Amino acid sequence: MSLALRLPTPARLGYSFNWVGRIGLAVILFWAVIAIIGPWIAPYPPGDMVDFDYFGPMSSQFWMGSDYLGRDILSRIIMGTRYTVGIALAAVMLACAGGVLLGMIAAVVGGWFDTLLSRFLDAFNGIPHLLFGLVVVAAVGSSIPILIVTLAAMYLPGSYRFARALAVNVNTMDFVTVARARGEGFGHIILREIFPNILGPVLADLGLRFVFIVLVLSGLSFLGLGVQPPNADWGALVRENIEGLSLGAPAVIFPSIAIASLTISVNMFIDNLPTRIRDRSE
Amino acid sequence: MDQPLVSVRDLKIGARTDSGREVEIIKGVSFDIAPGEIVALIGESGSGKTTIALSLMGHARPGCAIQGGSIRVGRRDVTAMPERQRAAMRGTEVSYVPQSAAAAFNPAKRIMDQVVEITAIHQLMPREQAEAKARQLFRALALPDPDTIGSRYPHQVSGGQLQRLSAAMALIGDPALVIFDEPTTALDVTTQIEVLRAFKSVMDKGAMAGVYVSHDLAVVAQIADRIIVLKNGVVQEEGPTEQILHAPKHPYTRQLLDAFEPVPHVPMARPDAAEPILAVQDLCAGYGVIRGGVPAAKILQDVSFRLERGRNLGVIGESGSGKSTLARAIAGILPAYRGNLLLDGKELAPSLQQRSKDELRRVQIVFQLADTALNPAQSIETILARPLTFYHGMTGAARNARVIELLDMVRLPGHLRHRLPSELSGGQKQRVNLARALAAEPELILCDEITSALDTVVAAAILDLLKELQRELNLSYMFISHDLSTVEAICDEVLVMLKGRVVEALPAARMSTEAAHPYSRLLIGSIPQLDTGWLKGLEQDPALMAQFAGR
Repeated sequence: MSLALRLPTPARLGYSFNWVGRIGLAVILFWAVIAIIGPWIAPYPPGDMVDFDYFGPMSSQFWMGSDYLGRDILSRIIMGTRYTVGIALAAVMLACAGGVLLGMIAAVVGGWFDTLLSRFLDAFNGIPHLLFGLVVVAAVGSSIPILIVTLAAMYLPGSYRFARALAVNVNTMDFVTVARARGEGFGHIILREIFPNILGPVLADLGLRFVFIVLVLSGLSFLGLGVQPPNADWGALVRENIEGLSLGAPAVIFPSIAIASLTISVNMFIDNLPTRIRDRSE
Repeated sequence: MDQPLVSVRDLKIGARTDSGREVEIIKGVSFDIAPGEIVALIGESGSGKTTIALSLMGHARPGCAIQGGSIRVGRRDVTAMPERQRAAMRGTEVSYVPQSAAAAFNPAKRIMDQVVEITAIHQLMPREQAEAKARQLFRALALPDPDTIGSRYPHQVSGGQLQRLSAAMALIGDPALVIFDEPTTALDVTTQIEVLRAFKSVMDKGAMAGVYVSHDLAVVAQIADRIIVLKNGVVQEEGPTEQILHAPKHPYTRQLLDAFEPVPHVPMARPDAAEPILAVQDLCAGYGVIRGGVPAAKILQDVSFRLERGRNLGVIGESGSGKSTLARAIAGILPAYRGNLLLDGKELAPSLQQRSKDELRRVQIVFQLADTALNPAQSIETILARPLTFYHGMTGAARNARVIELLDMVRLPGHLRHRLPSELSGGQKQRVNLARALAAEPELILCDEITSALDTVVAAAILDLLKELQRELNLSYMFISHDLSTVEAICDEVLVMLKGRVVEALPAARMSTEAAHPYSRLLIGSIPQLDTGWLKGLEQDPALMAQFAGR
C-alpha cells in the first residue's frame, strides 16, 4: 500500500524563508523556551546573594559572573526572560492589534468618527510615556497585567496612525469599491480586502515597536515602576549593574547581549518573512 | 543627404528578472533615421518600442542593459561612450518628451525654471536669452499667453498645454533628434489634435529628426514619415507611412490595421419584455459636503435615459464629463441626491445600504484598471469564489466547479485560478475582472472604460468576448469609453456627455452622420483617421473649441 504521505511543510505550502529569517526564528524560540522552563534550569534563586564578592568575574560557579549585590547573573537573566519576553511581546501584540484594528475601522468609516478618534489618540500620544506610566502605576499599583496594558496603551496611538495611513490608501482602491458594491459587510472589507494588503508594513512596524517597548520597560523598572525587586527584567539588569562597566564586570555585558540578541532576531525574522506574507502586493 | 543621422545596428537589450533569468527584450533591431525625418515606432505594450527609444539616448531602464549592437547618433557612437559623455549629449543632441507631462514636471517649481533647465545644465546661453527662446517656442507651439505662461506652476495649466510645454523643454537645447514617447496617449481626443498640430508645426519648421513612439496607428499616420512596426523586440515591417497604411506586407501589420476597421454591431433580437432593464430619470449626483440635500460639487445634472433589455448603451465624453460618475451613481457607490433609478421597472434606492442583496447582484460594475480592481493578496480562485458564496451561497466542490466554469466563460484556462493577479497579463486580469462580475449572474453590467488600458488587439478580443457573453447570457451593458470606435463596435445607442449633462442621444451605427449637437460633432470629428492627410484637412471652428474646452 503506497500512501503518498506528503507532510505540509512550510516549503511545500510556499512559506519557506531564508537562513537569516531562520536564525531569527531560532533565537526567538530559544528565548521562548527559556522563559517557560526558567525556574527549573536557573542554578540559584534570582534574589539570593550567593557570591561573597560583588561584580564577580565569570567562573565555573557563576557562569556569567555576579552582580552588584553578589547575585548570580545567569539566574537573573533566565528569570528575567519571562518578564522581558512576556511583557514586551504581550504589550506589542496588544498595541499593534488594537492600533491596526482601530486604524482600519477609522479608515473605512471615515467622517467624524475618524476625526474624533484620530484627534483623541493624537492628544493621548502627546503625554510623555514615562510620565503616563508613573501616573498609572501610582494610581493603581504595579503588577504585570497593569504593566502590559500601560505599555500597550503608550504604543497604540503610533500603531493606529501607521495602520490608518496605509488603510486609507488601500480603501480607495477599486477592489474595495467592488467589494462594497457587492454589498459586503464591514468585517469582510476590513479583514479580507484591506488587512492582507497592509500586513507587510504592519509587521515591520511591530518589530520596531517591540524594541521600543523593551527599552521603555527597562526605563520603568529603573524608576521602580516596572518589574518589582528582587525580580528584574533585562533592561533593569543593565541599569542596576551599570557601574560595573568601569570594572569590566560581565554583569552588565550579558543582559545587554540578551536584549540585543532578542531585538535583533525579532527584526531579522520579520524582515525575512516569506514573501507570501510580507509582500503580497508584489 | 546620404549619411543618416541615426543608425542602429543589431541592437540587443536584455534584462535579468528577480529569479535570475536572462530575458532578451530587444532582439537585434536595425534601422536608420535621416536628418529631419520623423520615424514612428509602433507596437503593443511589451514590444520594446520605449526601450529602443530610450536606448537612443544611451539610457536603459534600471535592470536592463544594452548587450550588443551599436547606436550611432550624429558622429558619435552612443554604445561606446562612457556615461559622462552620454549625459552631456542628452538635451543638446537627443532629447525626450515623456508620456506623462504631469509626472515630468516638478509641481513645486515654476514652468519657466524647468523649461530652461537644459540651457543651464549644459551652459548653452545666459538665462535672459534662454527665456526669450522659451517664449519663442511657446509661441511656435501655439500656447496661450506665451509671455506669461512660464511664470505659472504646472498645476495651473491644462494637460494638453503641459504636454506642449514638455515639448518646449525638449526643444530648447536645439537637439538633432527628439524622442516622443506616447505624448498624446493620456489626452482627450480634442486635446490630442491641438498637441499633434503643435508638434507637427515645430517639427516641420526645424530640421530636427524625431522618433515617435505610439501604439496608435492613426495618430502616427498624421506625423510620421516612416513607420517601424515592432513586436516582441523584433522589427516586423518597416516602410513609408503610406505604404504601411495602404499596402502592409506583414500579417501583424494587417492585424493592427484590422483592429481599426469598425466592426458593425448587430443588435440582438429584441426580447418582448416591455420594461427596460434600466431607466434613469433626472439623475443628479455629486461629491463633497451635503448641505440642504445638495452636495458641494455637482457632477451629474438631470441625466435621463432608458436601456432596453439585451441592448447596449454607450456613454462617451471627455475626461471630467461625468461618465464614470454616472456609472457610480447607478451602481450606488455614489448615491444620487435627486432623480429616480428603475431596474426592470422597480424603483432602485440611491445608496448601497438601502438596496437588497438581489438588487445588488443584478447590477455589476467592472472597472477600468484590472490592476487595482483585483485584490493583490487574493488568488484568482478566492476572488471569483467570493461572489458565488456571497450571492448564491455556494461552497465546496460546487463552487470550485463554478469557478472553473467562469474562467472557461472568459476563455481562460482553469489552472490560472491558483495564481495571484500579479502573475497574470493585463488582458487576463481584465478577463478575471469580467468573470467576477459574471459570477454574480447579473442582468446589467456597467463597464467603465474596460478596454482603455489594453492594447488594440487585446481590446478587440475583449469586445468579442463581451458580445459572445451577451448572446449566451442575455446581458445588457452600459459601456463607458472615451474611444468612439470601441463604442461603435458594441453599442446600440450612444449618450454624449458634456459637463455632467447628456447633450445628445444617438444610434451608434449612425453616430457620425446623425450627430446634431455641435459638441457631438466636434468629438466625433476629432477621432484620428487612418489617413495621412486627415489632420491637415481637419477644419475646426476655433470658437467652438474654446467654447467646449472649458478652460
